[in-house]
Amino acid sequence: MKPVLECVEVKKHFAVGRRSRLHAVDDVSFDIAAGESVGLVGESGCGKSTLVRLVTRMLDPSAGDILYRGRNIGFIPARSFAGTQFRPKIQMVFQDPSDSLNPRYTAFEAIAEPLSRLAGVQEAKELRLQVEEAARRVGLPEELLPRYPHQLSGGQKARVGIARAIVLMPDLLVLDEPTAALDVSVQATILKLLAQLKRELGMSYLFVSHDLNVVRMLCDRVIVMYLGRIVEQGPAQQVFDAPAHPYTRALINAIPAVGGRPEAREVLAGEPRSPIDPDPRVCRFFGRCPRQVDRCRQEEPVLREVKPGHWAACHFA
Amino acid sequence: MSLLEIRDLSLEFRTRSGTVHALEHIDLAVDRGETVGIVGESGSGKSVLSYAAMRILDPAARITRGAINFAGLDVLAASEHDMQQLRGREMAMIFQSPRTALNPIRRAGRQIEDVLRVHTTTLRAALKEKAIEALARVRIPDPERRYSAYPFELSGGQCQRVMIALALACNPQLLIADEPTTGLDVTTQAAIMELVRDLARARSMATILITHDLALASEYCDRIVVMHAGHVVEEAPTATLFRRPRHPYTAQLIASTPTPEKTIASLSSIPGNLPDLRRTDLPSCRFLARCERSLASCGTQPLPSVSLAAAHRVHCFHPL
Repeated sequence: MKPVLECVEVKKHFAVGRRSRLHAVDDVSFDIAAGESVGLVGESGCGKSTLVRLVTRMLDPSAGDILYRGRNIGFIPARSFAGTQFRPKIQMVFQDPSDSLNPRYTAFEAIAEPLSRLAGVQEAKELRLQVEEAARRVGLPEELLPRYPHQLSGGQKARVGIARAIVLMPDLLVLDEPTAALDVSVQATILKLLAQLKRELGMSYLFVSHDLNVVRMLCDRVIVMYLGRIVEQGPAQQVFDAPAHPYTRALINAIPAVGGRPEAREVLAGEPRSPIDPDPRVCRFFGRCPRQVDRCRQEEPVLREVKPGHWAACHFA
Repeated sequence: MSLLEIRDLSLEFRTRSGTVHALEHIDLAVDRGETVGIVGESGSGKSVLSYAAMRILDPAARITRGAINFAGLDVLAASEHDMQQLRGREMAMIFQSPRTALNPIRRAGRQIEDVLRVHTTTLRAALKEKAIEALARVRIPDPERRYSAYPFELSGGQCQRVMIALALACNPQLLIADEPTTGLDVTTQAAIMELVRDLARARSMATILITHDLALASEYCDRIVVMHAGHVVEEAPTATLFRRPRHPYTAQLIASTPTPEKTIASLSSIPGNLPDLRRTDLPSCRFLARCERSLASCGTQPLPSVSLAAAHRVHCFHPL
């Protein structure tokens, strides 16, 4: 069976000034199988959000192919993508539910909008039926549907955001830090809800998060990005237990843990290199890497398979 | 005597929709050189408590009882002039989202100079040098160049370093760090927290770390105070708190924090929400409605403060 999503050497470069180009996403290739959940992690500025906007087709790639079930959707201009049959299939849950919900829409209207706009459901009775069904799936009590966002708690707003994304039964749900704005007590219920929805509806997830513990719990596979490139990808448990790239190692090391000893932690020195016209010969992690040698600035390492299904871009992996 | 002592503090906000009982009977003491964590959900009163300590509360806030003492000064009775002398010089604060807390149209170095000019007797000619020194102390690479950078030209982590440089410019005795790393990457968070810890140690400065991240608090705090809905529910030395939490809320908070060992199934969530603090009939235990251990007798009496082992206190009728 064809993967739900396939990215092949996808690039997004932004022009900076007259000559320079900012390499936000550089030659990124990965796929997501049906029913699989893939985590996407990396620091701010690594290109996560740009990649998400490319995949959800809100942004046009500079080069490369984006395939949905084997059909190339990368060339469809982002502006007209909403009019295609693919829009209902790839949906997104945005970061802060307080910012991403229209304050003048009730919960009902927010969930009904994709139905009427993209699926052509116009009849009031049918609309109500489907909205209530979605609300039930995400555990949003029916009596909250007439409420406006400011009358809902953070967790309830998160549920509206998820209901609105799943109401069209997409194949791929892209979640951009869906729990970052929530307290741990609420985060746990939302994570459980997401795990349950995936089981029930068989959707694939692309789950962007900076909380690696959350990614480990929810995802089958994880992709680690650094400065526009994928530096490591593989089965989540394996990547966390035996990271092959020094950046992944530093990232995992930096997660605070109850009873952890910060003294024993190796803190990454310095700032990331500039993403503007990066030198194609130098490893992107050069300058911050604890293991760097001369070779790392003469030859940029490419992704290679270190274990079946586990790839890393490091000379030492 | 402790550096900061808050005794039996109650505070409310008068709003159009009713009086919010934001803090009730809060006791908190912070010693010199010690790092104390204040943890709890949003809305639990963590930030309001620290604002009260600095007396930078919203005009709608009213302190209805209690006392705050900082280094021998009665904070609640002090004149505004005395407080202005204190803030920035003796007690300083770093905020969440450093980019918005800094002045966007003033160069980083100039903002540090402003603090030095107001609070110290630094000679005008030496200001720039001192500001660059302050930037170097917070390990900003190339401080001479960053001196003239505007906040938008700096990364989030560097903005937070500038904030720390501002806060520490006058060697305060107490630093209040209100979610200093929320919104920063984990790698940057580690570097910032290490910086705060090293600087605090070097000057035996007391630190209050306000955070919702229990794991972060566990790594950097000597003691942790757990707040829920305007109450301190438990307070203990860090190791004790995690080894044997006695308040059901603390235990549930720990159980709902994701860790490498937990799975989705083993992650627990805390039922319900914070109670509406505008209610006039709030039970004496504000965790009552969310508590799995609540008994019929809970909430009928004033909330007890149970002293357990050394420095371990819990406010519960029926502790674990």
